Amino acid sequence: MQNYLIEIFGSEIVAYILATVPVLAFIVVFVLFAVWLERKVSAHMQDRLGPMRVGWHGVLQTLADFLKLLQKEDIVASANDKALFNIAPYVVFVTTLITYTMLPFTSIFIGSNADVGIYFVLAFSGAVVAGILMAGWASNNKYSLYGSLRSAAQIVSYEIPTALVVLTMIMLYGTLSLGDITTAQTSQFWNWGIFGGPVLGIGKILLVPFMFVAFIILFISTLAESNRTPFDLPESESELVAGFNTEYSGIKFSMFFLSEFANMFLIGAILVIFFFGGYNSPFGYLGNLLGIEWLIPIEQLFWFLGKGMFFVFVDMWLRWTLPRVRVDQLMTICWKYLIPYAFFNLLIVGLILLI
Amino acid sequence: MSIYDLIFYLFATLTIVSALMVVSSDNIVRSAFYLLATFFGVSGIYVLLGADFVAVTQIMVYIGGILILLLFGVMLTSNITNVEIKKGTAKILPAVIGIGVLLGALVSVMTRTKWKLQLTEIPQTTSFELGKLLITDYVLIFELLGILLLIALIGAASMARREQE
Repeated sequence: MQNYLIEIFGSEIVAYILATVPVLAFIVVFVLFAVWLERKVSAHMQDRLGPMRVGWHGVLQTLADFLKLLQKEDIVASANDKALFNIAPYVVFVTTLITYTMLPFTSIFIGSNADVGIYFVLAFSGAVVAGILMAGWASNNKYSLYGSLRSAAQIVSYEIPTALVVLTMIMLYGTLSLGDITTAQTSQFWNWGIFGGPVLGIGKILLVPFMFVAFIILFISTLAESNRTPFDLPESESELVAGFNTEYSGIKFSMFFLSEFANMFLIGAILVIFFFGGYNSPFGYLGNLLGIEWLIPIEQLFWFLGKGMFFVFVDMWLRWTLPRVRVDQLMTICWKYLIPYAFFNLLIVGLILLI
Repeated sequence: MSIYDLIFYLFATLTIVSALMVVSSDNIVRSAFYLLATFFGVSGIYVLLGADFVAVTQIMVYIGGILILLLFGVMLTSNITNVEIKKGTAKILPAVIGIGVLLGALVSVMTRTKWKLQLTEIPQTTSFELGKLLITDYVLIFELLGILLLIALIGAASMARREQE
């Protein structure tokens, strides 16, 4: 992708800047769609219709909301720490956006197939905490500060089960690069991570249940890291107004919003890459059948986005099904259940891979 | 000047300016946030040196771990933000001597070391080689560090338990 752009424009700088445009455009379009979907899903689960007025079944509702949000007054209270208050939304958004460089959208569009892949994603999703704490502290508001401290504590503790499961999967694939992990699962759907990955023979049968445990743990812990219900304590409306973004309005608020939804797709994508074959089609490609080469990347993009969107949908489904956990329950789930299970899973998968 | 030189100067300036801000800021929370930029700049310089794994570890450990711990410490300590930080010059003579000796030592090390000058190929990826070295040549240090961290973890858990009872 980059090489192609460098050929066209003849300048590395222009090419690298332009290579980020599709990802940014994707995030904005995805958020517009996902917010509408969230409202529709919640409405239908509560036996309502949801937004119906703007466009067909309200599809343009979020666009209208977004335009409204852009025109809002940018309120900065006089007791805020102005510089930090202004920079915090962008720190949060950029640290989320930066992780998208490692995602293989198709076999030809991947920001960077660097060998640190998943480690880079984990590092930057941990760095988001700095931005959240910045927002909470600079707001000079007790609800914001409580929300940001809760959010930070939650993200930092749930990073441990996430990292343990990621270690398990790295042992299975033998690489950190997300692109190489995806290519290891090509050709048939029984090569997918959830079915034991590219391992053959007796090991594959033994691996399947442990891969399933790994998938459940990774799903719960990444859901908690993205601060979604049932783990949305950082912005529990009934206690904290809106958490760390209480004081924000207009475009800065929409930055937090963008990064939250971008995070949702990111965790879906990580699950898909580790367990469900990334951009690989479960049945083989139509492009191969018809002999049309350019169709394959488009199909791959379809499968990647489709599988990712499915997990985004599951997140929304859970949001309107489960009540919020308490703080002590949150910590119990993490330290007493997820971490020991993830740890034993790591040991057992290691043993199976050795024999 | 290639694009890499430009990026290097960008990161170097970021590191130095933010490090200066860390020591000269009046507000302790702000100092902690300037540290974020310093760590980020250093990690960028690691990337330009071809040490991708070290760069990401820098972000993971320093920004995701130490900085957050620092911020928690600052924010949860009551009235720490109201404490006036003294920035005046006190005991200027010993300070000048100390800094002068350190600077002299650093400069002499920098100029006297025989740096490798031949061009070697920068490895595409370092994580594989690093992993190999950690479980072959440096396995003893690696295991000892693991035990040290485990002791710290058990100590922290037992301290937290005792307070609860």
